[in-house]
Amino acid sequence: MTLTLDAPRIVQTRALLQVSNVSKTYGPVKALQNVSAHAYPGEVLGIVGESGSGKSTLLRMMNLEETPDQGSYTLDLPDVQGNLFDLDRFARRMLCATRIGIVYQNPHLGLLMKHSSSGNVAERLLVAGERSFAVLRQKATEALDASEFPLERLDAPPAELSGGMQQRVQLAKAIALEPALLLLDEPTTGLDVSVQALVLDTLKRLQQDRKITMVIVSHDLGVIRTLADRVMVMRRGEVVETGLADQIFQDPQHAYTQQLVHAKL
Amino acid sequence: MTRVLEISGLTKGFTLHHLNNQIAAFDDISFTLDAGEFVLLKGANGAGKSTLLRTLYRSYVPQSGSITFQSSHGAIDLARAADVDIAHLRRTEIGFVTQFLLARPRVSAEAIVAEPLRLAGVPQDDALEQARQALAIFGVKQDLWRAYPTTFSGGEQQKVNLARALIVPQKLLLLDEPTASLDANARAALVNRLTELKAAGTAMIGVFHHPGDVEKLIDRVIDLTPDMIAQEERTDVAV
Repeated sequence: MTLTLDAPRIVQTRALLQVSNVSKTYGPVKALQNVSAHAYPGEVLGIVGESGSGKSTLLRMMNLEETPDQGSYTLDLPDVQGNLFDLDRFARRMLCATRIGIVYQNPHLGLLMKHSSSGNVAERLLVAGERSFAVLRQKATEALDASEFPLERLDAPPAELSGGMQQRVQLAKAIALEPALLLLDEPTTGLDVSVQALVLDTLKRLQQDRKITMVIVSHDLGVIRTLADRVMVMRRGEVVETGLADQIFQDPQHAYTQQLVHAKL
Repeated sequence: MTRVLEISGLTKGFTLHHLNNQIAAFDDISFTLDAGEFVLLKGANGAGKSTLLRTLYRSYVPQSGSITFQSSHGAIDLARAADVDIAHLRRTEIGFVTQFLLARPRVSAEAIVAEPLRLAGVPQDDALEQARQALAIFGVKQDLWRAYPTTFSGGEQQKVNLARALIVPQKLLLLDEPTASLDANARAALVNRLTELKAAGTAMIGVFHHPGDVEKLIDRVIDLTPDMIAQEERTDVAV
């Protein structure tokens, strides 16, 4: 028997992100079953699990791309109220454009591949209402610089860039408006090991310097171990275990988590 | 003396699901620790010394018992505290020193050492300056300060690790064989730093392969060998 945890007593702030009892069915497939997750301000929540565990579906719900059959989603921000799944399409788009950033595994989902890299970032600022060309250019350059993108390639379209550089453009786009929440869906999968290290380092630096709350989905346990403060383990649409990252990796409680951790090279 | 830690009936074992097996680590441990006190854990290999330290740090989840820590926010049971509270205490009041450095790719030695200070709000330049001083104290050559420790030797990595782990004074420090693979100068630097922290009130529990290294610091010895869990006073103990 393991001890159950108490509610937080020292950290008085409320969770920034709270997903409660979310379920989603696609035909006969139960993609998510009664899933709850939370992340405190500045915290990095890692979500791991095998393919089909529901982790990417959950992340897309946090980006309001999907609506569950049941459940609620709140962000503890001054101007954001109620269950975000109840928002209409326009309100969702504005919220995602201004408060939530996302980096997809596949850059084609997040970028216009034939537009310039700076234009891709500026587009995010345009959606949020910025109209001055000089400001757009300056803010896009700042975001790309923070993502450690080589500024001499500002005008190169992502189609002409390497995978690592495309991820940096996505990251710059995601952080251009200082989002409260940054969602990362397998952000380093498919990259060379050396490029992966650079992207991870950039993410860690952004998290530490800007205290952005992050949710990162990956099947690469090394990536999760490097970035996450807490880890949630999913299997077949359900949460099997949640804990501090070092506890999940050193003392996994659930049979599936043990299997997952022991399978790590 | 101000009480820092009160451990009561602490029990830890591991369930290995694929073997359908339970492995006991330690059972029903109770002891206390005061500010500025240094407790040495001893016992044969497998007695549960490192397991106890990791359970106190909550890397391991205990099965029963309590770990009452007097934090600056009041008493809290580390066995049951919420993850977010544990993470906060690790950043501010509880340190863990192992012999292994968790180096991140492409992060310099000085940046790794400065990180706990930066997270505690110290400006970047000040944090880096203090980090360089700490690296110098532990004998890391200046040429290596801006290099990436992933390729350092075990001993050099360990020095970086110690500089990082001890740079911010903590209320409670857990030491898991920190002198392993260190040269004599670095061991002396470690003992000096621990002496400073002890004098400043840090409570410490440690496992040392060569306890003679820290002999002058030890106030009490706890033997975790099964059936011998006993607390002994420093004066008549052969360490």
